Amino acid sequence: MTELEYWTQEIKRGRISRREFMGRSAALGVSTALATTLLTQAGVAETPKQGGRARFGLPHGATTDTMDPAGYPDMGTQVPFWGSMSNSLTVVDYKGEINPDLCESMEPADAAKTWVFKLRKGVTFHNGKDVVPDDVIASFRYHMGPNSKSAVKSVLQPITDIKADGKDTVVFTLDGPNADFPYIASDYHIPIMPRNPDGTADWRSGIRTGPFVLESYQPGVSVKMKRFANYYHSGLPHFDEVEFLTIADLTARSNALNTGEVDWISRADLKTLNLLLRNPKLQKTEVTGYGHYVFPMMVDVPPFDNVNVRTALKWAMNREEITQKIFLGHAIPGNDDPIAPAVKFATNPEPIYHYDPEKAKFYLKKAGMSNLKVNLSAADAAFNGAVDAAVLYQQQAKAAGIDINVIREPDDGYWDNVWLKKPWVAGYWGGRPTCDWMFTVVYAKGAAWNETHWANPQFNELLVQARGETDNKKRAAMYAEMQQLVHDDGGVIVIVFNNYVDASSKKLAHGPIAANWEADGLRIAERWWFA
Amino acid sequence: MSPVLRTVVQRLGLGLLTLFAVSIIIFSAVTTLPGDFATAILGQAATPQTVAAFDHQIGLDKPPILRYLLWVGGVLHGNFGDSFSSAGSLGGGHVRTVVSLIAPRLMNTLFLAGFAAVIAVPLSLLTGMLAALYRNSVFDRLVNMVTLTWISVPEFFVAYILMLFLAVRWPLFDTLATVSPGTPFAERVARTALPALTLVLVIFAHMMRQTRAAIMNLLSSPYVETARLKGMSPGRVIYRHVLPNAWAPIATVVAINLAYLIVGVVVVEVVFVYPGIGQLMVDSVSARDIPVVQACALIFAATYIGLNLLADIIAIITNPRLLHPR
Repeated sequence: MTELEYWTQEIKRGRISRREFMGRSAALGVSTALATTLLTQAGVAETPKQGGRARFGLPHGATTDTMDPAGYPDMGTQVPFWGSMSNSLTVVDYKGEINPDLCESMEPADAAKTWVFKLRKGVTFHNGKDVVPDDVIASFRYHMGPNSKSAVKSVLQPITDIKADGKDTVVFTLDGPNADFPYIASDYHIPIMPRNPDGTADWRSGIRTGPFVLESYQPGVSVKMKRFANYYHSGLPHFDEVEFLTIADLTARSNALNTGEVDWISRADLKTLNLLLRNPKLQKTEVTGYGHYVFPMMVDVPPFDNVNVRTALKWAMNREEITQKIFLGHAIPGNDDPIAPAVKFATNPEPIYHYDPEKAKFYLKKAGMSNLKVNLSAADAAFNGAVDAAVLYQQQAKAAGIDINVIREPDDGYWDNVWLKKPWVAGYWGGRPTCDWMFTVVYAKGAAWNETHWANPQFNELLVQARGETDNKKRAAMYAEMQQLVHDDGGVIVIVFNNYVDASSKKLAHGPIAANWEADGLRIAERWWFA
Repeated sequence: MSPVLRTVVQRLGLGLLTLFAVSIIIFSAVTTLPGDFATAILGQAATPQTVAAFDHQIGLDKPPILRYLLWVGGVLHGNFGDSFSSAGSLGGGHVRTVVSLIAPRLMNTLFLAGFAAVIAVPLSLLTGMLAALYRNSVFDRLVNMVTLTWISVPEFFVAYILMLFLAVRWPLFDTLATVSPGTPFAERVARTALPALTLVLVIFAHMMRQTRAAIMNLLSSPYVETARLKGMSPGRVIYRHVLPNAWAPIATVVAINLAYLIVGVVVVEVVFVYPGIGQLMVDSVSARDIPVVQACALIFAATYIGLNLLADIIAIITNPRLLHPR
């Protein structure tokens, strides 16, 4: 490591100040321009500047989109309507920690069975009205109840009661203890919306609390917004105007950035990323998020009901090769633990699964087999490169005497007809910000999306215990044990955690990038600025 | 009733019948697609309860025949129904009609098609005539070679090549053709220049070659030779004697290409991010927004039928022999 690299590391870790860094680099004979570039790369740019009109190119957005937060299926709605126009009660920061957003504080009571949120003072909606507890209640109730069509209906199921306590306090009562409830309140489906006179939540007007005010919306084409002058967070946002354009075509997206018609694009084309970056005006950002690509097997269907078969399959995959060849290095290999490294309480259970055909053979023998023939259903609807990854896996597993028959399924209706229906498939998880959330949704016994049908008694017991535990040390131990259980006994093969690879004009600057969702936790418009 | 009018009425009737058949085909095709709106919209988030709630609200729990009759009945009353995407709301009241979704998109598509046609049709007819007049000359060979090259590469490739040279290398035009209903005319023209140019290149060869073939065919017929021997000027020969007989095939090929400009340009729309009706239909198919898909398909079918009818009428008017079929 050169001295310059060392100081760049130091400022990245926040051990020295920006001023100190500039001084050190000058002493090393580095030009101010280069030092500034290094700072930007390190995610430590100069003090944010005010102003400008930023245009973002998003890969999603359909004519069927609406501002209804029960939906928000992809970035085309999440980034503008939640990340730019709205706030939730809480927000996840770049360290993966939960912070108050529209609330001032959140306190557990009754052993985390009750949560008391004190609302922030002086927060107003875009129309000037104050945010009151009734608005919060209406916004949560919108997703609950028998007629709800919301994607977070099941997540909010544990809430048995929400009531206002005075002018600025909302009390949530849960059906059981949950130390992670504030994380649930940060979900992008649950923006705080004004309450209609009839008690329902008003999502149609687009009047929210966020940093930007809606100007125009053409579903599937563009969203334009203007800075909200009375945003509660003084100094934010930095842009005067933002525009979100749906550019579904990968090449069109790259071209639009190349010609300066947009300032930022999400999901850059990995195959041509290096060519794109030849343009000296462009830069990339790369963050490993919570999202991961999986091959889940149903543990109640032969031959996957035998844990030795599952272990053999885990050892038979060369994740490193798949990472390099299919994802071109823009991912980190998985270890059959669905908790992303950036999540609180994440561990990396031993033994680390790497490619070892001999071990695979050993476990196969232990299962009483000398060879194995299994079907793996894949389609690129699960994730980009799913079929290629499956075929490469097929080649790798041959060395262990495992014959994987890759069935190419149609993209259309994949989540409907293949996922949760066939015993071994390709799948994708956007990930969740807490262990509890991820485990409850996908690995708990009987969960609607338990794609592996895994029902480990010890795991399920721990799940409930850890949820109610408020002592972080004890929780860490419990979650470590649970991750070990999924790793050893579970039916999921976590191939990789994918990186969010975005590209932007060098005119854009930013702080440390959050990993909880794409686009800086979906709040890019609020957090970024023009340098 | 004049023979022209009778033919038109006959054709219109047949057209309506075709539309009716098309509506049945569309409906059954869409119904047999795997998955439905709720699962398409919710993706992984679809639980049986939410799906059932959606299906009930948009009436998907009714039997298919009843749904078809309701739909056709609505269309006959000029009501194309509501997009399923209005079903997200809980309290109701927020309704997105199919017409409100389609109308601005259709306008965009017609604008782009018109833009491309205004350039392509006169230019290709003129080039075709000149190529026929000076056949086997350097000009003729050059025009043929160039246009056949264009038509032989896929249209997205033409689009990317144009983009590379006219937007990235030499930034004359925009790569994004995003327009909104409020975009002023001049800006709209500037923004859609590249997609329009792409479409011109794509349809040019077909029309040019057809015109050339039709005219060349006639140029070698005895009556043209007679006209020449009479001492008529080449221009007059073409104008008085050749063109009237060439209109029929030219009108047909122009109609086919115009129809293509309206219904078949989804690839160009995607490449240039142009909010046209093709993209709307693709979006709606993948979201299983059946009312919108059906309306789009009906519009496309009607476009083909209408333009072909127009071509037939032109052929009949310009060739009186067709008025009295034996």
